[in-house]
Amino acid sequence: MNTASEAMHVPLVGQSVLRREDPKLLTGRGRYTDDVKMPGLTYAAVLRSPHGHARILAIDTSAALEMPGVVGVLTHADLDGRVGDIRPNWVVGDSIVPAHPPLACERVRYVGEAVAFIVAQTRQQAADAVEAISVDYEMLPAVVDEVAALAADAPQLHANVPGNLIGTYKTSGGDYSAAAAAADRLVTLRLLNQRLIPSAMEPRAIRASFDTADERLTIYLPSQVPHMSRRWLAETLRWPEHRIHLVAPDIGGGFGAKMHFYAEEILVAFAARHFDRPVSWTETRSESHVATTHGRAHTELVEAAVKSDGRVLGIKLRSVANMGAYLSNMATGIPTVNTATYVTGNYDIAALDAEVRLVTTNTTPVDAYRGAGRPEAAYIIERTMDAVAEALGIDPLELRRLNLIRADQFPYTPYGHPMIRWDSGNYEGCLEEAARAIGYVEWRERQAGLRAQGRYIGIAVTCYMELVGMGNSRTLSARGFDRGGWESAQVRVHSDGKVTLFSGSMPQGHGHATSFAQIVGDALQLPMDHIDVVQGDTDRVAAGHGTFNSRSMSVGGSAAHTAAKNILAKATLIAAAMLEAAPEAIGYASGTFFVTGEPQRRVNFAQVARMAHVANKLPVGMAAGLDETVFYEPKGMNTPNGSHAARVEVDIETGEVTILDYVAVDDIGTLINPMLCHGQMQGGLAQGIGQALYEGVDYDESGQLLSGSLLDYAVPKSDQVPRMRTSFQVTPSPTNPLGVKGIGEAGCVAAPPVIVSAVCDALRSFGIQHIDMPMTPPKVWRAIQEARRAATPTRSST
Amino acid sequence: MQSTQVSIQVNHETVVREVEPRVLLVHFLRDHAGLTGTHIGCDTSQCGACTVQMDGMTVKSCTVLAVQAEGHHVTTIEGLGSPVSMTPLQKAFTELHALQCGFCTPGMVFAAQALLDRVPDPTEAEVRDALHGNLCRCTGYQNIVDAVLLAARRAAALPAPHTLAETV
Repeated sequence: MNTASEAMHVPLVGQSVLRREDPKLLTGRGRYTDDVKMPGLTYAAVLRSPHGHARILAIDTSAALEMPGVVGVLTHADLDGRVGDIRPNWVVGDSIVPAHPPLACERVRYVGEAVAFIVAQTRQQAADAVEAISVDYEMLPAVVDEVAALAADAPQLHANVPGNLIGTYKTSGGDYSAAAAAADRLVTLRLLNQRLIPSAMEPRAIRASFDTADERLTIYLPSQVPHMSRRWLAETLRWPEHRIHLVAPDIGGGFGAKMHFYAEEILVAFAARHFDRPVSWTETRSESHVATTHGRAHTELVEAAVKSDGRVLGIKLRSVANMGAYLSNMATGIPTVNTATYVTGNYDIAALDAEVRLVTTNTTPVDAYRGAGRPEAAYIIERTMDAVAEALGIDPLELRRLNLIRADQFPYTPYGHPMIRWDSGNYEGCLEEAARAIGYVEWRERQAGLRAQGRYIGIAVTCYMELVGMGNSRTLSARGFDRGGWESAQVRVHSDGKVTLFSGSMPQGHGHATSFAQIVGDALQLPMDHIDVVQGDTDRVAAGHGTFNSRSMSVGGSAAHTAAKNILAKATLIAAAMLEAAPEAIGYASGTFFVTGEPQRRVNFAQVARMAHVANKLPVGMAAGLDETVFYEPKGMNTPNGSHAARVEVDIETGEVTILDYVAVDDIGTLINPMLCHGQMQGGLAQGIGQALYEGVDYDESGQLLSGSLLDYAVPKSDQVPRMRTSFQVTPSPTNPLGVKGIGEAGCVAAPPVIVSAVCDALRSFGIQHIDMPMTPPKVWRAIQEARRAATPTRSST
Repeated sequence: MQSTQVSIQVNHETVVREVEPRVLLVHFLRDHAGLTGTHIGCDTSQCGACTVQMDGMTVKSCTVLAVQAEGHHVTTIEGLGSPVSMTPLQKAFTELHALQCGFCTPGMVFAAQALLDRVPDPTEAEVRDALHGNLCRCTGYQNIVDAVLLAARRAAALPAPHTLAETV
């Protein structure tokens, strides 16, 4: 009775198994939210504020209601008292939460804020009718810059936020004052981490229908966090959660922006019931630029206390973070917990003194975008290390070597903080490999010769680390989260021995259908094609938190692994009963249970599964079925880390930067599917390179977004991203049974500092130590001209 | 707005619909012909997610009005291979992990296929140049470029120039 399942199980984890998702996506059979068909579907459009800051004097919808095909219009008056405010889900410290109604009430505070919501029978009719709504505005002065917003005479946004200051967050460890007193030098620098637009290729989209007979809402939403999205909807609409069925189908990229809670989700759901029609809304790209959250947007002052021999004793950070006009979901946590905590980076620095001010401005709300605070932290410490190296005349690679946390220091307690641990790593291993692979020594030598020929080559090796894999639940709660830190997995074995994993994680291109099946396949020693993965449906998946903070594999993957191991434990007991042997005598290999020492006494996995359902020979007291659910609480978070190296050339006549070589050496623990890991890294790097060289958001003083479309916002193109040499070193994480760390965001964290460092290295002979991102050709060119002017002795006018 | 009858050959089938003259070809394909494999990623013709073939030429279907496509032959991604019978280029995409979320992929496949039809053995620079009008936010392009090169080398029965690094 040999079956295919009894062939020797070859471990799936560690193999670059090709993605099961691909054939449908490659042939147009994917199903994204805007592809979902519903009978009688209507189309919504949002009237948005054209002003950065204005008082609403009157809204007249009468003409719009007369337009052909219009089903109805909603304004704040229609929602007042029936729908709650949009609430953030992470509120750090004593941050003040300003009121945020889904449709503007009396005032608009940023260009793009939703003012009215119109539903019509066709897309075109909705677009026409939204133009017919007339709003009388009284313009108010606006403020867009986070530092300017703190000025005493700055326009004030919210009555309950005096001085536009949402809150001040402090964290510290060690004794910075003592470090500063003991230091030979204090090295200071001012950094900008510019505002970015996440730019998933699929804009946000929503479809909802309300069944009046069942009083049940079905909503399609490309949410990274389906169960949390459902909870937020239920709480805001004041509807019972069990009557909301949320489906997240194929998602066309998320990058953080698709895990927040938006006005349109409330409006579409409300309208579907209110107008008793299925309602759809799909964002245009230009609309996305004003209506979907932005990322980063910090101004930072850094001071490093250093000894002449290069040892860094302490870091002091004073930063001001732009929250935008309202507090989005996780906004207050990003520049605080997610940045300040990590600004000592990969280095053994004994003291930290950080203070972050959170500021509201007349701009689109800012929230977590891929990396979510850790790119800012890595940038702060790596630019600081370069500044220290320059100040002390030490080679920047040597300075890093000198301060690195050693492998024997893990688990490492940064700046003596009682609550925080870096779990594991081998920072020297990554740093030395990156330096070797880029040819650091060789290129340092060649650099001088090439400069004599007028060629400006720069090389840099920088480090990064981050702490990812949120929970556990108690830790998150202590930091101001209103969510748990667990992940759910249900492994259901069907009567034929085939398996379905229901997971609370939610991919947006990550390949979970493949990688999660690899994990369950190994735990059960079954082939991939016996295992299906179901995610993104609140009726099918019992509970979950979803995909953010690079947590899917370490938390969701561990949940799946644990549930599958529980299945195996129960199946072993059933097999023992079937074989009339003691459970301790039962062995299992490659889909077959057998009595140890008597391999002819055996049953296969499918037979055990069938028995679990037929249930006529189960051990006494055992419930029927083979179905295990786990709510997995992680022991702790894990620290992806690595060193990246770049060799660039700057054309000093044009300011154009060319990346000649890029090396990534990363340690993300055990690799489940190396192909997917390389893919995640490369994609993250492209976004990080985008931040370093191309991407940036500009507002004018009145709050108009100047980078309001893809014409003006530079998402990197195929000829702007270099070939990347990605590789991995493996230090398994002790925090989870798979030994994995996060990979989803690491590239985005690592790339900006190494590119900026390499460009500045190329321009060192001009005396240029720093240029703010994005290092566009005009900005680099201007920096060169200014440096040349500064170097030229001033001629006195006679 | 007055509707008008439009007849377009889509994937070798005649599709006749009453649409407003302002309806874009991409909306005709998605909303009226029910072919949702063609995606909309922007509103300024930057992203290329809506790329299809019209009379054998690649076009961004957001830059063509449905009425302009009257009588023309349009091929969408649904007409280019199927999950069980992918084209060599589509196979190379999956083998080299050239897609993640898949939203840009249909347009990317058309842009890449157009290059291969024109230049059977392109250089890496030629591939990157040919894909310049198609944005991908997930992959960093490297695996897409390698997949196009792999498909080209296979068509020419030459050894593959790159294989995905699988070493840890």
